[in-house]
Amino acid sequence: MSEKIQMNGIQAINAAMMEAMAADPKVLVLGEDVGDREGGGVTGTMKGLSSKFGTERVKSTPISEQAIMGAAIGAAMAGYKPVAEIMMMNFTTVCMDMIVNHAAKLRFMSGGQTSVPLTIRTLTGAGWQTAGQHSDFFEGWFAHTAGIKVVAGSNPADLKGLLLSCIDDPDPCIFIEGGMTLFVPGEVAPDQGPIPLGKANVVVPGSDVTIVSWSSQVLRCQMALQGLAEAGISAELIDLRTISPWDRECVLNSVAKTGRAMIVHEAVRSFGPGAEIAATINEELFGQLKKPVTRLGAPQCPVPFAKVLEDAYIIQPDAIVAAAKALMD
Amino acid sequence: MLCYTAGPGSAPGAAKYRRGAVDLAGSRTDSDRQIHQPSGDTMAVLSNVAKPDSAALVDIYRRMLRVERNDDAIRASLRRGRLQMPYYSARGQEVIPATISHLLTQDDQICTIYRGIQDMVAKDMPLKPLWAEIAGRIDGTCKGKGGPMHLTYPDMGIMVTTGIVGSSMPIANGLAWAAQLDGSKRVVVAYFGDGASNIGAFHESLNMASAWKLPVLFVCANNGFAEHTRYEDATSVDFIAKRAAGYGMPGYTVDGNDPDDMYAHVSAAIERARAGEGPTLLECKTFRFLGHVLGDDDFYMDKDEKAAAMAADPLPALRARLIAEGHAGEDDLAAIQAAIEAEITEAQEFGFNSPLPSLDELRRDVFAEEMPA
Repeated sequence: MSEKIQMNGIQAINAAMMEAMAADPKVLVLGEDVGDREGGGVTGTMKGLSSKFGTERVKSTPISEQAIMGAAIGAAMAGYKPVAEIMMMNFTTVCMDMIVNHAAKLRFMSGGQTSVPLTIRTLTGAGWQTAGQHSDFFEGWFAHTAGIKVVAGSNPADLKGLLLSCIDDPDPCIFIEGGMTLFVPGEVAPDQGPIPLGKANVVVPGSDVTIVSWSSQVLRCQMALQGLAEAGISAELIDLRTISPWDRECVLNSVAKTGRAMIVHEAVRSFGPGAEIAATINEELFGQLKKPVTRLGAPQCPVPFAKVLEDAYIIQPDAIVAAAKALMD
Repeated sequence: MLCYTAGPGSAPGAAKYRRGAVDLAGSRTDSDRQIHQPSGDTMAVLSNVAKPDSAALVDIYRRMLRVERNDDAIRASLRRGRLQMPYYSARGQEVIPATISHLLTQDDQICTIYRGIQDMVAKDMPLKPLWAEIAGRIDGTCKGKGGPMHLTYPDMGIMVTTGIVGSSMPIANGLAWAAQLDGSKRVVVAYFGDGASNIGAFHESLNMASAWKLPVLFVCANNGFAEHTRYEDATSVDFIAKRAAGYGMPGYTVDGNDPDDMYAHVSAAIERARAGEGPTLLECKTFRFLGHVLGDDDFYMDKDEKAAAMAADPLPALRARLIAEGHAGEDDLAAIQAAIEAEITEAQEFGFNSPLPSLDELRRDVFAEEMPA
């Protein structure tokens, strides 16, 4: 067995792109500043690709999100596998028509005659004082749209494996890069291959309470584990990895065992994906629950700038511990 | 003679235009093709233009008639309650898709819009799956799941029909990018209307297509109305083709009801695209006879203007010309019409007799893999 390599999320995403582009000449990259001449993407995830695979396959684009997404959709319909970078998740708002009305729906509306095997990579997350238009988690919007898969890894190995699966998938996927997840190092096997979409990962097994989370918030849940242990709570932490379609079986099996569930996401709590998961748990396991399902998410306000406000906006590890304690009361 | 003249007393940037009488029988000179701007500027002029021969003119007429007869049959079926759907007729605009389709190959692709059935019928999409689709039946080209606003038929290059104004253009770019990467000579047509030239996607798409030298024809059917709003009340320039200059590509204002003018400019645009030189913007002036959506009141239209446009209906005009200039005989044209009408009748019967889709279709084609029940 080959030795695992330490790398961060940026390197893991880069490794996935390098492998995917080398393996399949149909894989393309487009987006603002993705070429090496422009720095290889805002966080450097695309570094080296244009030099290795050429600027025909790795195209820096105008700052034109609708045109980027349209070009990616059309190329995907014609048999390519484009990976389109929308620099920040908030900028997906500029091309929602292309994503929601076209990428997600063309297969269905054409009765299966056309398809859009497209991957949208996009960076987001609070904690960098980037305020109201550069920080939002909009996974709930896309999860609410039929025809697009919503994926968010939390560690380098998963980021690599999930991105490989998105690129290979016959349907559009939005691959969310939580800012925190890009900079935390982890071990990645040199032969780390695709990780199936729709499959959650039990990060830590436990027996008292099930915590369901994804992306950057998984890291904050991990920070809470020590506090939970000190409080004598055995938590089972599930990294959902794919928000839509989500792994109901994994979550329901866990909650059937623990009888207590908590969903933790960085997006605002109201109308968030946590509500969908909580409702499903209630429907399926009503008689087995020891407490109502808890949802933790941001308050219903834009992401604020001031550090003190931003810290309060994000669900922090101590809030996760407190919520778990309340579930145990 | 083709001439657009500015009306008197117009506000800057909102010049009114009137289409002059088109002398369909008269010979044309290159100077006729100049489009004189109110400002005195002259748009790009083509020299040594391609001209349709007899066979081309007859084929353009055949395609126009196929569009018009099919449109007539759809409207009759709607009136009788055999079809229920929103319908955006393109009656009066037939020359545009007929001439373009004549000049395209089967491999060339189109992205069109909700007023787009004419673009498919002109490109010889088979009518049976079209009728089954608009009837909402399982044999429809989209299994009854797309309907008139999302008709798709990739075998004939009919790749996208969108109900969103402006959205044909960004996707046409992507198909054209693929053609470029494939090293093929395929070209892609993005059809849209004058209203769409004011939406952001138009500007983003033209810029990218020009910067990347994509083989796209941006074909704007300028029928003078964005839904109910008059062109000059909502558009900052008197000719949409002028906008091409801002994106570094040729732009032509063409008489979209004149097969010769269309033939010349579309030929040039296709030649440019196939040569890898990039996109062209074609503003094709026309008039829609049946409003925005079928059944809308034409209160927003100038009645005299509409009557004049309908009196200059390009379909009978081309028919008369084919006879007068000896391109075809009455018998030839009658045979073409009979064949089209028979095809439509057969397609209607096929469509209305096709089964309804199974409810299982709700779970299919959302993703490649069927959704669990």
